[in-house]
Amino acid sequence: MTPFIIRRLAIAIPTLLILIIFSFLLMEAAPGSPFSTERGVPPQVLANLEARYGLDQPLWKRMGIYVWNIVTQFDFGPSFVFKDRTVNEVIAQGFPITVTYGVWSFVVAVAIGGTLGIMAAVYHNTWLDYLAVGISVGAQVLPNFVMAPILVIVFTLWLGWLPGGGWQGGQWQYIIMPVIALSTSFMASIARLTRSSMLEVLNSNYIRTARAKGLPMRRVIFLHALKPALLPVISYLGPAFVGMITGSVVIDVFFSTGGIGQFFVNSALSRDYSMIMGITILTGALTIFFNLVVDILYAWIDPKIRY
Amino acid sequence: MRVPVMNRASIDAMTDETAVAGRSLWADARIRFFRNKAAVAGLIVLACVTIFALFGQFLTPWSNEEVDWGMLGQVAEVGGPSLENKHYFGVDELGRDLYARTVQGTRISLMVGIVGALISVIVGTIWGATAGYIGGRVDNIMMRIVDVMMAIPYMFVLILLLVVFGRSILMLFIGIGLISWLDMARIARGQTLSIKNKEFIEAAIAIGVSTPTIIRRHIVPNLLGVVIVYSTLLVPSMIIFESFISFLGLGVQEPSTSWGALISDGASQMRYGVPWQLGFPLFFFIITLFAFFFVGDGLRDALDPKDR
Repeated sequence: MTPFIIRRLAIAIPTLLILIIFSFLLMEAAPGSPFSTERGVPPQVLANLEARYGLDQPLWKRMGIYVWNIVTQFDFGPSFVFKDRTVNEVIAQGFPITVTYGVWSFVVAVAIGGTLGIMAAVYHNTWLDYLAVGISVGAQVLPNFVMAPILVIVFTLWLGWLPGGGWQGGQWQYIIMPVIALSTSFMASIARLTRSSMLEVLNSNYIRTARAKGLPMRRVIFLHALKPALLPVISYLGPAFVGMITGSVVIDVFFSTGGIGQFFVNSALSRDYSMIMGITILTGALTIFFNLVVDILYAWIDPKIRY
Repeated sequence: MRVPVMNRASIDAMTDETAVAGRSLWADARIRFFRNKAAVAGLIVLACVTIFALFGQFLTPWSNEEVDWGMLGQVAEVGGPSLENKHYFGVDELGRDLYARTVQGTRISLMVGIVGALISVIVGTIWGATAGYIGGRVDNIMMRIVDVMMAIPYMFVLILLLVVFGRSILMLFIGIGLISWLDMARIARGQTLSIKNKEFIEAAIAIGVSTPTIIRRHIVPNLLGVVIVYSTLLVPSMIIFESFISFLGLGVQEPSTSWGALISDGASQMRYGVPWQLGFPLFFFIITLFAFFFVGDGLRDALDPKDR
C-alpha cells in the first residue's frame, strides 16, 4: 500500500507544480501590465507600484518567490483590483460558502443517486426501474446552468417559496436551490452507474448462491452486493468532485451566493491576474488532492487493484 | 462424373443466395441501430436541428445583429413570438430577432461540439493506440502526460487562457482541443491492449509490416466502433462545456451567440415576463442533447453488443 501512495504522490506533486508554473507563465504572457491605464501613470508612481507588487524583479526570481510563498505560507499575494485586500482574504471570505453548498450537493448527489440506482437494479424492469432511469436520463440534459434558471422560475417566480439568490449567512432557504441545481446532473450519472454495476453484481454467481442458501433479500443486497456494486461509483467521485467545483462558478454567479466562483468570474472579467491564478491553483490543488484520496480509497477497497 | 446442366444452374442460384444472405459486421450494426426507435428518433431530431442551423436564416428577413427599433422599450408587450412581424421566436431584450439569433447560436454550438469530437477522435485515437501498442516506457510516459493533464481543473485553466489571450472562437476551440482527447486516449489505449496480442497482429508482425502501418491499418480500424460510440457521447458534453463558458459571459462575443449565451440572456430577463427568450434556446439545447444521448446509446448497443 505505502509504495502505491508514494507513487501516486510522485505524480500529484509535480502536477501541482506544473499547474502553478503554467499559470504563472501564462500571466507573464498576458499583454499589458496590470497598471497600464488610459491616462498613464507617472514613472515614479509606476516604479513604486511595481516595487510594491515585486514586478521589478527578473522573471525567474518572481516565479521562485511566488511558488515559494504558496508552498511555504499558502500566500497568493495581493489582489491587483481590490487594492486593500490580498487574494487570501478574498478566498477566506468566499471559500467557506462554496464548501458549504458544495458538500451538501455532494452528499445529496451520492445519497439520492445511489439510492435511485440501487432501487432501479433491485426492482429491475418494474415501474420503479423505469422511473429511476427516466429521471436519470432527463437529468443528464439539465446541467447546472439550465437547472438554475428553471428552479428560479418555478420556486421564486411562480410559487414564491424560495428567495431567488443571496446567501444570508447560509440559512436553509438560500441553500436549497444551489444544492439542487449543482447536484442534479451528478445525481443522474451516479444513479446510472450504480444501476448498471448493481445489475451486473446481482446477476453474478455468488449472489445466486447467497439467495439459493435462503438468505433474506435485504441481507443479500446490503451485505453481499452493495460493496462490489459501489466500486465503479467510487472511481466516479473524483470527476464528480471536479465537476462540482467547476459548477460552483455558475451557482455563485447565478444565485449571487458570494462563493469563490463569483470572485473568479469577476476577476476574469476585470483581468485581476493574481486573483485568477490564486483561485485556479487552489482549485487545482483541491482537485489533485481529492483525486489522490479517491485513488487510494479505491485501491484500498478493491482487492483486484494491483499496486 | 457428369453434372447435369439443370443442377449447375440451381447450384449457382444457391451460391448466389448465400452470398446475398451474408452480412458484414457493419450491416449487422446498422440493422440493430435502426431497430432502436429512440435512436432513430434522435437521428431525425439531429437532422432537423442541423437543417435548422444551416438553412434557418433564409426564412427570416432579420439578421442576428439587427435591432428592431419599434420593439425597444416594449419588448415584454409586443416582442413576443408572432408571425405578422416575422419575429417567429420574438425578440431579445435589445430588440434583436430571437429566431435569427437562435439559428446562429445553434450553428456555433453544433460546430463546437463537432470540432471538439473531431479533435478528440483524431488526437485521442492516435495517442492511445500508439501508447497501447508500443507499450513499455513509451506507454508509461504518454499516459502519465494524460494523467497530469486530467488532474488539472481544465475549466479554470481555459478561462485563464480566454482572459490572457482574449476571448474568441479560436481560443475556445484551442481550449476544447487541449482537453477533449484525454478520455478518448485512455479508451483507445485500453482497447488497443486487448487487441494487440491477437493473431492477425502477430501475422502482420511476422510478414514484416512496420509499426506505424500496423497501428494505422490494423489497430485503428478495430478501435472504430468504440471510438464512434464515445465520440457521439462526447459531442453533447462539448456543447455543455461551451454553453457553460458562454453562460458566464466568457465565451463567444457579441453579436455572435451560442446556446449558453442565449440561455444566460433569457435567464437574466425572465422576471420581466418574456419567457420566450429562455424557452426557445432551452428547447433547442435540450432536444439536441437528448438526441445525441439516444443516438449514442443506440450506437453503443449496435456496435458493442457485449457492453450492455
